Amino acid sequence: MALFPGSVAFDEYGRPFIILRDQDRQKRLTGTDAIKSHIQAARQIASTLRTSLGPRGLDKLMVSSDGDVTVTNDGATILKMMDVEHQIGKLLVQLAQSQDDEIGDGTTGVVVLAGALLEQASNLLDKGIHPIRIADGYEMAAALALTHLDSVSEAFPVNKNTRENLIKVAMTTLGSKVVVKCHRLMAEIAVDAVLAVADLETRDVNFELIKVEGKVGGRMEDSVLVRGVVVDKTMSHPQMPKVLRNVKLAILTCPFEPPKPKTKHKLQVGSADEYRELRQYEHDKFIEMVRKVKDAGATLAICQWGFDDEANHLLLAEGLPAVRWVGGPEMELIAIATGGRIVPRFEELTPEKLGSCGLVRELTFGTSKEEMLVIEECSNSRAVTVLVRGGNRMIVEEAKRSVHDALCIVRSLVQDSRVVYGGGAAEASCSLAVSAAAEKLSSLDQYAFRAFGDALEAIPLALAENSGLSPIDALSEVKARQVAENNPYLGIDCMSKGSNDMKAMNVIESLHSKKQQIALATQLVKMILKIDDVRSPADSIE
Amino acid sequence: MVSLNPIRILKNEAEEEKAEVARMSSFIGAIAIGDLVKSTLGPKGMDKILVSCGRNSGQVEVTNDGATILKSIGVDNPAAKILVDMSKVQDEEVGDGTTSVTVLAAELLREAEKLIEQKLHPQTIIAGWRIASDAAKQALAEASFDHQKNLNEASLRVDLENIARTTLSSKILSNHKEHFTKLAVDAVLRLKGSGNLKAIQIIKISGGLLEESFLDEGFLLNKKVGVHQPKKVENANILIANTPMDTDKIKVFGSTIKVDSMAKIAELEVAEKEKMKDKVNKILAHKCNVFINRQLIYNYPEQLFADAGVMAIEHADFEGIERLGLVTGGEIVSTFDSPDKVKLGHCKLIEEVLIGDESLIRFSGVALGSACTIVIRGATQQVIDEAERSLHDALCVLAATVKEPKVICGGGAGEMLMAEAASRAGARTAGKEAAAAEAFAVALRRLPSAVADNAGYDSADLIARLRAHHSRGENTMGLDMQNGTVGDMKKLGVTESYVVKRQVLLSAAEAAEMILRVDNILKAAPRRRGPDRRPC
Repeated sequence: MALFPGSVAFDEYGRPFIILRDQDRQKRLTGTDAIKSHIQAARQIASTLRTSLGPRGLDKLMVSSDGDVTVTNDGATILKMMDVEHQIGKLLVQLAQSQDDEIGDGTTGVVVLAGALLEQASNLLDKGIHPIRIADGYEMAAALALTHLDSVSEAFPVNKNTRENLIKVAMTTLGSKVVVKCHRLMAEIAVDAVLAVADLETRDVNFELIKVEGKVGGRMEDSVLVRGVVVDKTMSHPQMPKVLRNVKLAILTCPFEPPKPKTKHKLQVGSADEYRELRQYEHDKFIEMVRKVKDAGATLAICQWGFDDEANHLLLAEGLPAVRWVGGPEMELIAIATGGRIVPRFEELTPEKLGSCGLVRELTFGTSKEEMLVIEECSNSRAVTVLVRGGNRMIVEEAKRSVHDALCIVRSLVQDSRVVYGGGAAEASCSLAVSAAAEKLSSLDQYAFRAFGDALEAIPLALAENSGLSPIDALSEVKARQVAENNPYLGIDCMSKGSNDMKAMNVIESLHSKKQQIALATQLVKMILKIDDVRSPADSIE
Repeated sequence: MVSLNPIRILKNEAEEEKAEVARMSSFIGAIAIGDLVKSTLGPKGMDKILVSCGRNSGQVEVTNDGATILKSIGVDNPAAKILVDMSKVQDEEVGDGTTSVTVLAAELLREAEKLIEQKLHPQTIIAGWRIASDAAKQALAEASFDHQKNLNEASLRVDLENIARTTLSSKILSNHKEHFTKLAVDAVLRLKGSGNLKAIQIIKISGGLLEESFLDEGFLLNKKVGVHQPKKVENANILIANTPMDTDKIKVFGSTIKVDSMAKIAELEVAEKEKMKDKVNKILAHKCNVFINRQLIYNYPEQLFADAGVMAIEHADFEGIERLGLVTGGEIVSTFDSPDKVKLGHCKLIEEVLIGDESLIRFSGVALGSACTIVIRGATQQVIDEAERSLHDALCVLAATVKEPKVICGGGAGEMLMAEAASRAGARTAGKEAAAAEAFAVALRRLPSAVADNAGYDSADLIARLRAHHSRGENTMGLDMQNGTVGDMKKLGVTESYVVKRQVLLSAAEAAEMILRVDNILKAAPRRRGPDRRPC
């Protein structure tokens, strides 16, 4: 048995040198073993996700440690909820997470690609190529693939007139999700939401302005885009009006409660007179608070804190509807939407600081009388809320995630309007370009190039497999046609529509997302290939 | 040295089930849940006893309501959990059809299992289901009818009575369904189309017979009048309040009382009393002769009220207060400085009544007649509880129907109709989806078949006859469970709410689709905690 560097060494009497503390109780993997074990782990995770890829991919059912059930198709969510222990697994979880944070879509793809790259690396390792050489080769191949993607990308104008095209893009993203039942509706909601908040001049979309709310019950078809803010609260007093028009909102972060100084203090009541005085003071304070709000011209008070019973009734008596216990983020959204200022003290309330909106109404759901408050026709109509409905909790949660993905993809188009074509077309085209470049290289790198090209095929292969096609047949046909017709828009015909032309079928993905996928996956693979020694404490059970 | 040890990716106790195994586990779970509640379906369905363990161990509940059964059994299978959740949502959304929706989803999955065995791709099955459910939805909408055109009280009433009778006939109340149908319809009609079920209060008092349950025109409050106060008030002006009447504390934060002699304490006590007395005087200044508070009323103010000859009722619950506000048209008051601005509630007569051995306060002759109270009597707590649940279902369905006055034929006619449409849609479809659409139709037909089975009739024969009728376009034909034959449901007056039926169809299809899409189950390591004592 070969002696690994740093493992047990013996002196001339056969006694071991102890170099590391507790080394006999630690698990250790070195050299090719380590890499091989990592590759295998990554492949296992990738194979779990592989079946979720594409419009005919299937979902995963996750049971959390508390027994809660989640059904999802979103790579990042699956990995997040998977109880991963393996160190490489954790890296992959982070990879999907960073794709999710950066782009929001394509999280499954990036993991599948990383898995495929590692699988190919394993073959090269068997040939005796040094992992660093593989890593460097991958790096160069990735750079080539990225420039190739640039060359096959097309400009995709985004403005108010291209709503239709954007909807088609959103539909591609949603194609793999459970919401395909009302495909078009969801895509429209996502596009309209992004267009409502997008700043087309600076190519910026502020996601803070889009809130995705879910409410169990009803049908998925009932999902709507509310041009305003939805707050899961009701009027503080049951007899306040349920519908308000031309509202002036006072947005308060001070409670309608007796004043409570922040410094520590002691108020002592020494005599009956003082007691009466205090009582009067308290009484006047409430009247004063309500008066201040009323005087500023507000017709609706939105408050972050609670109300005292007395204050509540005074508000009703003064005909001033109010909402209490509104959360911080909602307060901000309301402030943005209505153009009001958040006021921390009653004294600072002035008419200019009030927000305004056209309509405030209460929505009622179902038999159990759940209510939500909708603030619409705001002066600044940029804040929007997507209200998702569905038959059960899991479906609403999944629909929310899907809408989020669609929002992300539309946003990335607003930010960088170049697109590539989906259905594996871009990957197949890159694969061809990388393989062609491999022949021209004189160094060892050509093996890594070829491997990279093969790995890129993993995505169209998985797509074809999930769609029930014969993967190799479908892919080789696409590749052959891409070369013969010099048309990089040919991909896998997942939905059996009879055409491979992804451009004609409007299967579009953003260039940014695709580039990010390749870059992130390559980066991670490089990192994994460079690890040659793992130490971990032995299992606690052993 | 290549290690042969398997590489473990997930945590120690985490599990992963893949492909066929995962699918099988979700099918088995879902079908088991469906079979569990299947026997409660229909007018001759049976009830279940639920024995609780844990804190209130040994308590017995007898029920026929799908949602209640599913809520109480602790399921562990993830697919089963999806179905339970779905039935809960159905309960919240429309109130009835909780059993049907579960059975339909389970039957869909049972059919899907067969198709998967024939190597059909789950997505293909889903595509087929979509075709079928769209067709079914459309057929259902076309077959629904309403009396909107010639809407008058009488025909609406007939419609509602039919629906209530159909809903109640599968419950414990079926023997008294005429009685309860009248109760439920009266109650809902009093709402005058608002559909606000909050205004209907259900009070349960054990003892007596189910037939002795009644609808009270006014409002009953399960509270007592304070001592020495009038027990009966005519032409009452009611002040409804939510204010502390124990000791009216000073709320300014951190106030403490520090005195240096006993005499001063006495002074303060007087001041406190004075404050309370002022408050009572202010309340009396509203010229009310009845005062109802949500919070406690202590002895001292109670005595003051008694002196003034005002009836004071303490500690009414929050819903009761809201309902009272609704019924009497009063405002819920917390400050008492401007008596002229406050709207008082009015009613003709307030008196204490004795029902069984419980004394209640009855408000009759209320200004806004929209609210009412249903008193349920029954021999045992279980019977009353189940009666309440059944009545709740009926009320929900009626309220939904008042909002959207569309009805369809019951007795399985709706399901047969949808099945017929689904199978026609399947026949028109070219491709593998056709098989799935046909499976959808088969699953729909299982519902009436379960109804017939539960009644002990030959379901195969009945369903076949029914199918023949429907294929001839007689889409009002359904199962007549009284005589064990098929009959025209329109003539028999067996109708169901369109909204409920549609929700059943869509929810079940959605949930079944969701479960079918799963090809991998990942279970996280369960959190360590004490032994699970929930019912299972």
